[in-house]
Amino acid sequence: MNDSPARLPLRTAAAVKLGNLSSTLSQKMGLGAGGMIGGRVALKLDPQALGRLTQGRRVAVVTGTNGKTTSTMMLARAVGALGEVATNHSGANMPDGHVTALSKQPDAPYAVLECDEAYFPAVAGASNPSVAVILNLSRDQLDRVGEVRTIERSLRDAVNKLQNCTVIANCDDVMVTSAAWNASKVVWVATGTGWHHDSASCPRCGNPIRWQGEHWHCTGCDLSRPHPNWITADEAMITPEHQKLELRLTLPGKFNQANAVMAAAAAHAMGVPADEAVRRLRGVSNVSGRYRTIQRGGRSARLLLSKNPAGWSETLTVVKEANHPAVLVINAQEADGRDLSWLWDVPFERLQGRTVIASGERATDLAVRLTYAEVQHTIVPDPLKAIDQMPQGAVEVIANYTAFRDLNARAAADE
Amino acid sequence: MSESTIQIALVLPDLLGTYGDFGNAVVLEKRMTWRGIKAEIVPINYGQPVPDSCDIYVVGGGEDTAQTLAVKHLREHPGLQRAVTKNAVVLGVCAGIQIFGESFTRADNVTHPGMGLIDSSSHAGGSRAIGEVVAEPINGLFAGPLIGFENHQGRTTLGPAARPLAHVKVGTGNDGSVEGAVQGRIVCTYLHGPVLPRNPALADMLIEWATGTKVAPIDLPAVTSMRAERVRAAS
Repeated sequence: MNDSPARLPLRTAAAVKLGNLSSTLSQKMGLGAGGMIGGRVALKLDPQALGRLTQGRRVAVVTGTNGKTTSTMMLARAVGALGEVATNHSGANMPDGHVTALSKQPDAPYAVLECDEAYFPAVAGASNPSVAVILNLSRDQLDRVGEVRTIERSLRDAVNKLQNCTVIANCDDVMVTSAAWNASKVVWVATGTGWHHDSASCPRCGNPIRWQGEHWHCTGCDLSRPHPNWITADEAMITPEHQKLELRLTLPGKFNQANAVMAAAAAHAMGVPADEAVRRLRGVSNVSGRYRTIQRGGRSARLLLSKNPAGWSETLTVVKEANHPAVLVINAQEADGRDLSWLWDVPFERLQGRTVIASGERATDLAVRLTYAEVQHTIVPDPLKAIDQMPQGAVEVIANYTAFRDLNARAAADE
Repeated sequence: MSESTIQIALVLPDLLGTYGDFGNAVVLEKRMTWRGIKAEIVPINYGQPVPDSCDIYVVGGGEDTAQTLAVKHLREHPGLQRAVTKNAVVLGVCAGIQIFGESFTRADNVTHPGMGLIDSSSHAGGSRAIGEVVAEPINGLFAGPLIGFENHQGRTTLGPAARPLAHVKVGTGNDGSVEGAVQGRIVCTYLHGPVLPRNPALADMLIEWATGTKVAPIDLPAVTSMRAERVRAAS
């Protein structure tokens, strides 16, 4: 293992310097957080920048439909036990975001990169990762990202090409299992995650998948649930050495337990002892503003991000525990996907009997869905005004991507 | 099951439910229940025989492998075809228009036999049609405009026995000029997923066909504002 990254060729070094300069300019001029512009400039000047910037580092790439940002943050915390880690924190998960993050920490011997599913083949190909984490795959932004099976096939091809890489894969997800099935080294993690709506038929041969409890197998080919090396138990995990470790996470919900076990298994593959990994990642509490609570005139509003049916389904389970009023915020900008058909795959019926406000740029589309779910609601397009119209006390705010980003920025500016 | 309950068959939701297609069955059920008409959704999953006794069949969209599997299943268990001869009402969404036809040809140039329920054939178009659609129903079949979202590679040509559903104003539809198909009591459309939530008049037309009685409109302010917003955004 190299202790320090290889020296950068002159062209990359110059591209990185110019890139960093534009990040700083972008921040100074108030144009953005500078998370991507620097990388964009560097990639233009040197298309091989990503490969050169990862050379000599131990790299982990994290991908999947849901939980990427949280798992990346957890993994980066855990790998911090070994040394300095370069990571793209703010969800800037495309190659320009990676170049920006790597060039800001040129001497960090480790890199943990969150990667958009569609960019995984390019990023994995360029960065030669020693660990690749595939969390889950479900329907998301069909008009932009494409259908789940297309994504699964491209991940499968990319993973099969990787040399000396350990793939950390969720064996409770049929699509992920298929993607990692032929990889040279796989660590299987039972996450207990529950979205099966995209895997009635086998991604490899098309025959029906049969489920028996947690076990599943294809009725036409040899694809079946592998024996897990790591297991997510109730608020705990079981390591390959059969050691039970309490998770005691700060973040709520079953899906964050799944994220934590995936991150711990990945950290372990990079050389961090399991108990130390858990001790470190447990502290992750605020992931780019997610799960944070804002105070507005006697209301404590908890901000939750959900981007697609699987994510909403999990979040509705988290908010079920208390019967707090809920503000639901929906946009359909480019980054969200322009098509809102997915609203009909979310079980909003679970909110019957609650105080609900439909909000966001596409509040009326949501209102139609709530009407047919027989959930009483009012429409207040501005989410901050919607929070202010709720009774005093706890309020749950669930928003999709750009809605969450904008609300979070406005709430931070108000504080 | 009692004669008076309208049964809505949700056909292969596990294969043909990529785009929120469940919404179409929910809208039919609620719009009947709210009017005092007994209705229930009957999901027919992959591997189960297809009954021929339902009143309305809703068939959704799916990815290529799922679509091929669905056609195979529906040809092996021809309950839907028998139901059509008994005058059942059928809504085919997105992939529906392709699999109900005589044949469909994929991008790989392989031609698959369809179910032969409507006089049409489909083939892969040069580019994927993605985006909002606004179309005017032909001959005032129901109150327009017909609005929705399309995301498909296929293009469809209708034969003389099928009529188009609407004239395209914005978007692509079957071929850039017309959208969907009507043949007997079968309605097909490329407007994928929840087309009935967006078009209550189309939902009510199917309900009237199935029940044989006229229904009064239902005033849902959210639906009215959403329709106005979508038409404004598309034009």
